[in-house]
Parts: sequence; C-alpha cells; structure tokens
Amino acid sequence: MNGPQDLGGQHGFGPVAPEPDEPRFHADWERRAMALTLAAGAMGTWSIDESRHARESLPPAVYLRASYYEIWIRALEALLVRHGFVTEAELAEGRALAPGAAPLRVLAALAVPAVISRGAPVDRAPGDVQPAFAPGDLVRTAVMHPAGHTRLPRYARGKTGVVEAVQGFHVFPDSNACGRGEAPQWLYSVVFEAAGIWGRDAEPGAALSIDAWESYLERP
Amino acid sequence: MTDKHHDHPHEDGHEDGPDPMVARVAALEAVLTEKGLVEADALDAILELYETRIGPRNGARVIARAWSDPDYADWLRRDATAAIADLGYTGRQGEHMRAVFNTEAMHNLVVCTLCSCYPWSVLGLPPVWYKSPPYRARAVIAPREVLAEFGVVLPEGTAIRVWDSTAEIRYLVVPVRPEGTDGLDAEALAALVTRDSMIGAGLALAL
Repeated sequence: MNGPQDLGGQHGFGPVAPEPDEPRFHADWERRAMALTLAAGAMGTWSIDESRHARESLPPAVYLRASYYEIWIRALEALLVRHGFVTEAELAEGRALAPGAAPLRVLAALAVPAVISRGAPVDRAPGDVQPAFAPGDLVRTAVMHPAGHTRLPRYARGKTGVVEAVQGFHVFPDSNACGRGEAPQWLYSVVFEAAGIWGRDAEPGAALSIDAWESYLERP
Repeated sequence: MTDKHHDHPHEDGHEDGPDPMVARVAALEAVLTEKGLVEADALDAILELYETRIGPRNGARVIARAWSDPDYADWLRRDATAAIADLGYTGRQGEHMRAVFNTEAMHNLVVCTLCSCYPWSVLGLPPVWYKSPPYRARAVIAPREVLAEFGVVLPEGTAIRVWDSTAEIRYLVVPVRPEGTDGLDAEALAALVTRDSMIGAGLALAL
C-alpha cells in the first residue's frame, strides 16, 4: 500500500539524529510493549506480514508522529481485536469483560529461548518450480499501486535493474498478509544504479538494492 | 518544545502530563494476562534474552572471527546463516542472513525503508534512529550525506551500496579491519567492532 511506512526518498524529516549511548529502551512501557508484541505474536494467529500490514495501516498522521513502539502497540491492539481475542471496551477499561477467542497456543517462559532461537524461517521447498531469472539478468520492476500489503517500495517501481543473486524460495508477503496463503515465490536481490532511481538527484557512485519476489519482476 | 521531544515524541514523557502510552500499555498487558493470552513469566524471559544475551556483541564476535580466519570469512560470504549459527546466533530476525563485506572500493549501508527490519540475532534490538523516518527516507537517496551525519566521510572514490531490507533476508556489514591490528586476538578485535559499523553507519574503531 502507498502508506506512511513507504519512506524511501521522502524529504522533510530532517537529519538523522543518532543518540550517543542510546539506552535499549527509553521508558519501561517500551520494554513491556516489545515483550507483549513478541509474546502475543507467539500465539501463532497472525504472520509477520499481517503484523507489518497492521502497522502500515495506521493513519499516516498517527504513524508519522508515533514512536516505533507506539506503532507496534497500536497495531497489536488492532490485531487482537480483529482476531476476537479482546474488545475495544476491554482495552479502554484495562480488564477482561467477556471470554474471547481461544489462542492456538500460549508462550510459556521455559519455551522462550527455544522459540526465539528457532525464529520463523520463511523459506519453503520450491519443488519443481524453477527460478525465472538468473544472476546477471536485466529486469524491470512492476508498476503497481496495490491497496493491500506489498514489499516493493514506490521508489523502486517501474525501474530497470540487474539480478544479483537468487535468495531462495520465500513466502510472498503480499498474499500472506491478508490471509490468502503463503504462496511462496523465488526471491531475488536486484541492484539498481542510483541514477536509475533518483535521476539527476542521485549521489554519484551509489547503487541500491532491494529483495524482490519474482512476481514483482518482468523482462524489460 | 526541545529538539529531543520533537525527534522522539512520547519517549521521554509529555509536555503536558504523563505519557499516555504508560497507561495504554499497562491496560493492554492487564487484559492479555487476565485472559491467559500471555504469561507474565514469558514476558520477563523475553526481556531477559534481549537485555542480557542478544545484542551487538554477538555480531562483533562474528566479525572478529571473519577478520582472523579466512576460511570462516569465506563461509560467511557463501552461507552467512550457517556461519553465524556456528557461533550460536540463530533465530528471530536472523533466520536468513547475508554478510556484505566492506572494502576500500565499496562501502555497504543497510536500511529498511518500509519498516525496521534488522538482524536481531547478531545486533539485538535496533536503535531509534534506524527505525525513524529521517534514516529510512534518506539512506536510499542520500547515503553519503547520511554517513557524514554519523561522522563517516568516505573517500570520493569509494562506491556506496545501499541494501534496502525489503524481504526476510537480514544484512550484516563486515567492516574493514583497522590497520595495525595483526597481533590482536579475537576478543581484542571484537572490541573494535561497533554496532553502527555492522549496519554500515560507522567504521570499526582504530587502535
């Protein structure tokens, strides 16, 4: 979606402000927000793709003024309500009012190290699906503006680049984010000359790459 | 309004009263624990991992080994996920790793313009600047300017390659090994590897 998350190349946000000796968290609520997001995600009801889509679906004015953990919390609330675990009224009151959906599983403390160290790999067996492109191939990215989730940034649409590597056969977020299944595809690292993206405003000597699923690409 | 508040809304409290996120997150946690959807002990276990065990020292050990052992560097270049797992660093937001090597001719910089993708298994949780609009907007269009804001001024002849983490591949930058470090052991080398140098937003420390 052409949402507030798609920030590449936008102007007006000012300089980067690295913080010397930045603390891991800036407030205790951020600690709780991080842990709640991971623990609730471990129920296994939504994918990382649906989770990202919930974050970028926040109204642009909300997204852009929120800190990142606030974005996480607002999206987590939306996911929990969408899937019937909690209600808006419960969130407003801070207590349970009625039973909600039953989770597939609940993360136990003892399982945390194993769950984190296993992660959630998104590579799938390609079977007899062959990659359509090979390293060195010239490709053109799709021109598209889907209202749903996509991982092809606006700045990289309709651009010509070179396939640098085949990265694996990966779950397709555009499908998985909205419950249409994992629909895995070949994933490629595609590199562009900066001037091919930014034209006269490119910095000299720069190149830029994205990871692009096969259906984002066509032969030029 | 101070610049700090302007850049980090909500994070240090509010101009006019307590940060509303405090009550909001407390309410959410209360509802989730009361409903048995999350366990309080599991929250503590998650925090314990990310506050004590998973952070940029993990990545620094990977870099130090790559600097010391050409065979390991080669493995890291070919199959970073396996090479990094050999040091025990696996899992969440590091399931599919790729290492990119800086040279005098080429400097790599990693960004996620669409969200905040970051190699947690080797670098821990991302800093605020990495997740914030200025970096996400500008790293792709003005990487040399952004590097200068980090105090990194590259020679004009050094090309820059920006990696936008649009999929689940997570990138670890292997910085150039500082000169004069031939005699150092892995631990001493790892001490020269900063978090920012493994994002590409910094260089390894000089001796």
